[in-house]
Amino acid sequence: MSEIPEELKYTKSHEWVLVNEDGTMTVGITDHAQELLGDLVFVEFPEVGNRYGTDEACGVVESVKAASDILAPVSGEVVEVNEALSDTPEVINQDPYGDGWIYKMRPDDVAEVDSLLDAEAYRALIEAEE
Amino acid sequence: MGKRTPLYEAHVEAGAKLVDFGGWDMPLHYGSRIEEHRQVRRDAGMFDVSHMGVVDIEGPQAQALLRRLLANDVARLRAPGKALYSCMLNEGGGVVDDLLVYYLSDTNFRIVINAATRETDLAWIAGVARGFQVSVRERPELAMIAIQGPQARAKTVPLLPQALRAGAQGLEPFFALCAEDRFVARTGYTGEDGFEIMLPAEHATPLWNALLGAGVRPAGLGARDTLRLEAGMNLYGADMDQTVTPLESGLGWTVAWEPAERNFLGREPLERQRAQGPSRRLVGLVLEDRGVLRAHQRVFAEGGEGVVTSGSFSPTLGRSIALARVPLPVGEYCEVEIRGRRLRASVVRPPFVRHGRSCLND
Repeated sequence: MSEIPEELKYTKSHEWVLVNEDGTMTVGITDHAQELLGDLVFVEFPEVGNRYGTDEACGVVESVKAASDILAPVSGEVVEVNEALSDTPEVINQDPYGDGWIYKMRPDDVAEVDSLLDAEAYRALIEAEE
Repeated sequence: MGKRTPLYEAHVEAGAKLVDFGGWDMPLHYGSRIEEHRQVRRDAGMFDVSHMGVVDIEGPQAQALLRRLLANDVARLRAPGKALYSCMLNEGGGVVDDLLVYYLSDTNFRIVINAATRETDLAWIAGVARGFQVSVRERPELAMIAIQGPQARAKTVPLLPQALRAGAQGLEPFFALCAEDRFVARTGYTGEDGFEIMLPAEHATPLWNALLGAGVRPAGLGARDTLRLEAGMNLYGADMDQTVTPLESGLGWTVAWEPAERNFLGREPLERQRAQGPSRRLVGLVLEDRGVLRAHQRVFAEGGEGVVTSGSFSPTLGRSIALARVPLPVGEYCEVEIRGRRLRASVVRPPFVRHGRSCLND
């Protein structure tokens, strides 16, 4: 069973969200997602400074097997991307919740993050998928 | 549950991610297909290829049958153990399968056919064999392990039965040795040196474990695909099928036109196409930008629209490569439509990688 840290929030499209103390949120893809995709070879980041709406495609992770859109969990503005992944996208496979973080966003309404899935709900979702 | 090879338990133990391949439960990878690919290019990796079909063709007219059945000419094979790569064509010149044939004697040949086309091939061969004095015998009790990489032979020879070691060590490329229940061929599907070993099913797991002990790493179908693509080797079902000829699939070199009297199946339509000049050709593509080329993507080339037949990411080159079928004339560049955008690719002649190094001029 893939790893699902308790303190994070999750989307149906297999992104994870960590709310930071400064009000921004960090976004990546889950262990389950990286396992499905296999070895990642490219990451297309969202544009820093761009605004995205909830569930809008803002980037792409591409593996040998398939390309997958990264969606914005809630609406907001992208403030930072994890440039290091350009050279070593496989870090997402190795450490999806740590060094494999993909971008940071300032959400329009932090409260919207509360309505995302918690760890238990996400676990139920992927169990149903299998 | 699909069919399982004798090495199924070994794959589970090695942590394989199993997928369906042509009705078989096969290992796609054991953790990282890219790492497995690198291991084969650098050192030695091993593949369970027991799902492929091994067929022995024996009898007074074995050679005659194969000279009718195959587009390449087995009469070229005189030395025991020598192998030949050939297409098997239908009456229209389309490719039924590609295969390796080994000469053991004038009346005894072994062929290895693809797993996905095993049943179709066997039915096809049986049909053609009617009227020939020959026995066509499938060998489903044999397993097959391919050990590939610069260190593959060095690591494998000591693990073979004592009586075979000197012979295996001295094997020339594209030759096989048959003794003591073992069939050891210096052939492969990766562009690296190595062996493909056919052996009774009950000996497969012990050999696999011995190879593990010698530091040979298991490699799955994912790595197998990226390795063969880098080496410019076709995959049946993707790069060719019954609707295209060898001339449209980069396999004209495998057709033996001489002697002209040899009337192999599919000769006539193929000769007509050769005389007119085929209108399409299989070429190599290297994507210049970031992205991954994949089968069925549309290609916009100098001669018109074509299609990617197989594509992937090349771990050795660090970028995406593909084989594509495009109309003539073939230019130096083309565009490929990937998720709604057109990306530039250069057109090259495969292979992309040889002796572990890029063949491209950059």
